[in-house]
Amino acid sequence: MATAAATSSKQTVLQYPGAAPSVSARIHPVVLFNICDAFVRRPDQAGRVIGTLLGSTSSDGTVEIKNSYVVPHNESADQVALDIDYHHNMFVSHQKVNPKEVIVGWFSTGFGVSGGSSLIHEFYSREVQNPIHLTVDSGFTNGEASIKAYVSASLTLGDRQLAAHFQEIPLDMRLIEAERVGFDLLKNTSVDKIPNDLEGMESSMERLYTLINDVYKYVDDVVEGRVQGDNNIGRFIAEALASLPKLSPTAFDKVFNDKIQDNLSLVYLSSLTRTQLSIAEKLNTAAQIL
Amino acid sequence: MANPATGRSFLQAMTSVEEVAPPLRVVQMEGLAVLKIIKHCKEFSPALVTGQLLGLDVGSVLEVTNCFPFPTREEDEELEADGANYQLEMMRCLREVNVDNNTVGWYQSTLLGSFQTAELIETFMNYQENIRRCVCIIYDPSRSNQGVVALKALRLSDSFMDLYRSNNFNGEKLREKKLSWVNVFEEIPIKVSNSALISAFMTELEPDSPVTQCDFDRLKLSSAPFMERNLEFLIECMDDLTAEQNKFQYYYRNLSRQQAQQQVWLQKRRQENMQRKAAGEEPLPEEDPSNPIFKPIVEPSRLDSYLITNQISNYCNQVNGAAGQGFSKLYLMKALHEN
Repeated sequence: MATAAATSSKQTVLQYPGAAPSVSARIHPVVLFNICDAFVRRPDQAGRVIGTLLGSTSSDGTVEIKNSYVVPHNESADQVALDIDYHHNMFVSHQKVNPKEVIVGWFSTGFGVSGGSSLIHEFYSREVQNPIHLTVDSGFTNGEASIKAYVSASLTLGDRQLAAHFQEIPLDMRLIEAERVGFDLLKNTSVDKIPNDLEGMESSMERLYTLINDVYKYVDDVVEGRVQGDNNIGRFIAEALASLPKLSPTAFDKVFNDKIQDNLSLVYLSSLTRTQLSIAEKLNTAAQIL
Repeated sequence: MANPATGRSFLQAMTSVEEVAPPLRVVQMEGLAVLKIIKHCKEFSPALVTGQLLGLDVGSVLEVTNCFPFPTREEDEELEADGANYQLEMMRCLREVNVDNNTVGWYQSTLLGSFQTAELIETFMNYQENIRRCVCIIYDPSRSNQGVVALKALRLSDSFMDLYRSNNFNGEKLREKKLSWVNVFEEIPIKVSNSALISAFMTELEPDSPVTQCDFDRLKLSSAPFMERNLEFLIECMDDLTAEQNKFQYYYRNLSRQQAQQQVWLQKRRQENMQRKAAGEEPLPEEDPSNPIFKPIVEPSRLDSYLITNQISNYCNQVNGAAGQGFSKLYLMKALHEN
């Protein structure tokens, strides 16, 4: 294990390296799940968990964080030690699967940035140009979930580097993947079964129905004067209604009937196939009468 | 040491306790494993990828707590050792951070549900030798843009495994064991569980909109491409099934022809014997193993036809599901239009 000696950093008047960073970060829900799982499994004496973030950087400076892994570390009052071999091994292994994912930074649980973090950040800045530091507050201090991303700019006084200034960058919690899977599955502590086609359909329809109801009530309220109408909302509603394609009733009926007939014929075909299968099976394993 | 007079030694008692394991009823997956599988399969689709499942085997529940992907293997034979090394390395590293180090199966991605192949069965048998209970999770990334989480947990049924080991797939054995194509694979229901911490995070971070991307995907009206692909695969499979059936027909015809030949030969032998008896000579044996018409014809294995049948039924199920969804969406459109 390589160790980095600790320095205490107290900063005074300094020079800022330049304008605010134009980097922003996007995080995928897998990373969040991984970090929380690692936190739950941490060894008893560790206060927090530290690990590497993998992902890719796009040309306009947005860093997309797609994957992560935990790195064992030792932390005491004045020393921080990170298992560099482990970090390297895991990185090589991950690269075998997905060579496009590179190191983009590191994460740690816990609120805010502490003294030891700057050293670790320095280590990571040797690996990648401008590492992102992600903090996931698993202790829910302040009573809310805070997930923040920082980049660091080093503050120099003349030639000496005095401190590292962690500036927060905008973090886009892209939960599209989680949405696809469905929040019901990911939110509850235990879900009894994954919904199949029709059950999922049912819940989507119900949600649509409540949505339409809400909009209807709102329009009603505005018309009756109970609620102040908001022009923007009105425009959105008008747009939504106008986006229904205008088909004459006969044309619509034709399209509708065609589709219904297609679907019916498919269902018929599939039941026919199943009957065929059971016949085939009976024939194949029938006893031979000779 | 155990007293032999007590009937069962201590060792015997221990082994018999192990055999009475409760049957597997449910596979419990963590949200983390689900998301990782989805991410990996989606990234590499349409290529098919595999990975390892890690977890714990607890009573009648198989818990899957983590997973890691396998690198895509080239056709090179030298990379065999590499693959094993990779696996060992990953397991070792994950052990250091307290992740369950226990292999409980593997996952693979599939394209529209065409996963029932002979290789799957072989992999199962390989795993089964080392691990008492293992499961295979199949994920279909092409159905995820319909808003369905197409995750399935599969296992080979015990009777099928016994039969496979004895490598004997003819009709009699199958009738004996009452094994039809339905009993080859057992599907196990999946439960999803999440730790309290992550569920707290998710609850906080849930966006305020009452409708999510998932709903948007489900309510899409265009299901035609999906149906088309399904039907294409279905047609191909039906062709394969007819080929298999032709094989069986051929076998039966040969068998009956051979039996007829045998009867004719037997008759001739009997006549000869009667003549010989009349002439006072030794009767010839009624069997002649060196005669080619007595050579037993090998019955073709029914394994392939079972697998194909499974695939076909899978496609049919998918078509039914999609058509059902289509109906509801169409009636919704109709109601909307009338207003």
